[in-house]
Amino acid sequence: MELLAFGDTGWGDELFYATLMTIAVAITAMLIGFFFALIFTPLKLSKNRFLNLIANTYTTIIRGVPELLVIYLFFFGGSAAVMFVASIFGYGEYIEINAFITGAFSIGIISGAYSTEVFRGAIQSIDKGQFEAANVLGLSKFGKFFKIILPQTLRLALPNLSNVWQITLKDTSLIMVTGLVEIMRQSYVAAGSTRDPLFFYSCAAVLYLFLTFLSMKLINRLELKYSRGY
Amino acid sequence: MDIELMANSFPKLLSATLITLKLLSVSLIVGLFIGLIFAILRLNKNIFINKFAYGYSYLFRGTPLLVQIFIIYYGLGNIEYLRTTFLWVILKEPYWCAIIAFSLNTGAYTSEILRSAFQTIKLGVIEAGKSLGVPSKIIFYKIQIPIAIRQSLPAYGNEIILMLKGTSLASTVTLMDLTGVAKYIISTTFKPIEVFIVAGGIYLFMTFVVHNVIKFLEKKYSY
Repeated sequence: MELLAFGDTGWGDELFYATLMTIAVAITAMLIGFFFALIFTPLKLSKNRFLNLIANTYTTIIRGVPELLVIYLFFFGGSAAVMFVASIFGYGEYIEINAFITGAFSIGIISGAYSTEVFRGAIQSIDKGQFEAANVLGLSKFGKFFKIILPQTLRLALPNLSNVWQITLKDTSLIMVTGLVEIMRQSYVAAGSTRDPLFFYSCAAVLYLFLTFLSMKLINRLELKYSRGY
Repeated sequence: MDIELMANSFPKLLSATLITLKLLSVSLIVGLFIGLIFAILRLNKNIFINKFAYGYSYLFRGTPLLVQIFIIYYGLGNIEYLRTTFLWVILKEPYWCAIIAFSLNTGAYTSEILRSAFQTIKLGVIEAGKSLGVPSKIIFYKIQIPIAIRQSLPAYGNEIILMLKGTSLASTVTLMDLTGVAKYIISTTFKPIEVFIVAGGIYLFMTFVVHNVIKFLEKKYSY
């Protein structure tokens, strides 16, 4: 138990901050994923074949290739890509990208592919009459989307989004390979220096279980809120 | 684009794919057994057996696969007592540790898939069997299981693809599977995009095959 003490003698505070880091990366990745979903969901639903193809390529590749491989791509290729863009603007120095950004971005791209599929499914399952009714009422395009379609999409998408959140949260453990100190990395370091891997990896498992349990409770509340009136 | 590197790394990656496929097939088969057993336990009316099965699936679905594989490979291997038993023969091999972790993980997901499939079987089907005088064991094997398999095909197809991607974690415990070799080539040549295209292409091809086989089976067993 003294291994978990806070302060210099134990790993308690380190693991605590690592947990905060995991939460921060997961939330950032989820938001980046929403951003990607915002771009690719309309492309998926569009009638233009070419736009469809772009969106389908994105979701197929990301959902068919292991997360770890995507992370390696951005970990090894990220700074090269940024340096290439910078060199176009005449900046030739070496640029190193922060591990947090690399991690959150690669997990975000993955989570975005899943979110895109969730939003597509939710929008498609909204009754056609809702669109027609909004048209009949003469709502503008924005009014139609924000007042009629979006609230209903959220309600339908929430259960599946909670799955995406759980996947994203668990995927953050993979970015330990980039060196970012989140739960898994911290446990790895602690296990290495105390030679007690069983204890520290079990701690990591408990922390992840706690996070998934907590987020499930919070999401259940949200679901109740959004399904008022049904 | 370094086409030459892509052409050179292709055979290396292809031979690493064999390890990926081995890991995948063994863990899927073992996982299916574990899943079936725990799905049946979940349907048991005894509250302890029921809770035990639920606990198992909750534990393995609520933690990342990476943690599970690390606990089994680094954690269990570190217990002095285990080193003296016959289990050490298994636990010192990263290959078997990966298979244990993958099997337990996919077993948990499979048990959920099968459980929900069993629960959606209409009561009338079972009652029809009973009224024909079919013994309840035969009802289970000849009626409930085939219907459950058909019901769970789409979800199980997804699980196979998730597991295929999951096997990439074997590279974290020093196994040279497809991702492991890809990482090795990337870190020696610093050409991530080329290697990603080749390795990703192989993975995509495998998901494509799995997807279509499941689709074919779904059509074959549709009613």
